[in-house]
Amino acid sequence: MSDHIHTAHCQDLLAAMSDYIDGELDPGVCAELEAHLAGCENCRIVVDTTRKTVLVYRRLGPPDALPPDVTRRLWAALDEAGCGHLDDLPPASTLM
Amino acid sequence: MVQSEQQLIDALQQRERRACDQLVERYSSRLYDVALRLTGHPNEAEEVLQETFINACRSVDSFEGRSGLGTWLYRIATNNGLMRLRRKTAPTVSLDVDDEAGAGEFQPRDLTDWRWDPESTALTTDLRSTLDAAVASLPPSLQAAFILRDIEGLSTEEAAEALGISREALKVRLHRARLMLRERLADYVRHAPLVTGEAR
Repeated sequence: MSDHIHTAHCQDLLAAMSDYIDGELDPGVCAELEAHLAGCENCRIVVDTTRKTVLVYRRLGPPDALPPDVTRRLWAALDEAGCGHLDDLPPASTLM
Repeated sequence: MVQSEQQLIDALQQRERRACDQLVERYSSRLYDVALRLTGHPNEAEEVLQETFINACRSVDSFEGRSGLGTWLYRIATNNGLMRLRRKTAPTVSLDVDDEAGAGEFQPRDLTDWRWDPESTALTTDLRSTLDAAVASLPPSLQAAFILRDIEGLSTEEAAEALGISREALKVRLHRARLMLRERLADYVRHAPLVTGEAR
């Protein structure tokens, strides 16, 4: 493990890191950050590992379908509240 | 048959019961996932889910369409989830610890390079558990920002709208959340086998 990042310049530029990762950084600041990363190994590591962190979470993808018993109790609660579906109607999936 | 979002909103506002079905069909698994991550407990997540749809169906007349229907639902669910956390938390402890935590929490400390490629790494049960635990360990307000933006895939604007905060505030929370998660994953990465492929 290396030393912490200490310089104020590093801290200022890393504050823009999330926008950089998301492709939302102002072009001027982006060029300044990339020039800095080319010469600052610690900042390059922080940006690269943070990007990997975001990537692995985005790979999780959409959640699994609701467990059947959770779905059943949700409909029961909606029915009880007067805003649920009617049993004699086809399920929503057939209406799409 | 309701197809577009506007048609669905119109049908909901006209109290068509099939519209409620479709609302649930479209959003229930995602809202349950958010609620489960925020509360950390299946029973509470289920209650949040039920409250969210009941609130939505009852207040759909006040929905003005300034945000998307999904964003509006995420907002109701996130508010419900965070409110439950507030009730469980001692009154002297703020959930907005992102504004109060020491600056050191948000400074990159681990500066080891990762020879680990998330795109070719198998999403094993072990890795999924590590990712879930890391998110669960974040302060709630950071957790909510990260879940909506980076797990649910909302845009910056949508996530800010769902949380009722400015775009800039969302960005600050997201930045802090990402830095903290990076630190928490560093230990896993150091010991992770370089296995590639898919697993669920």
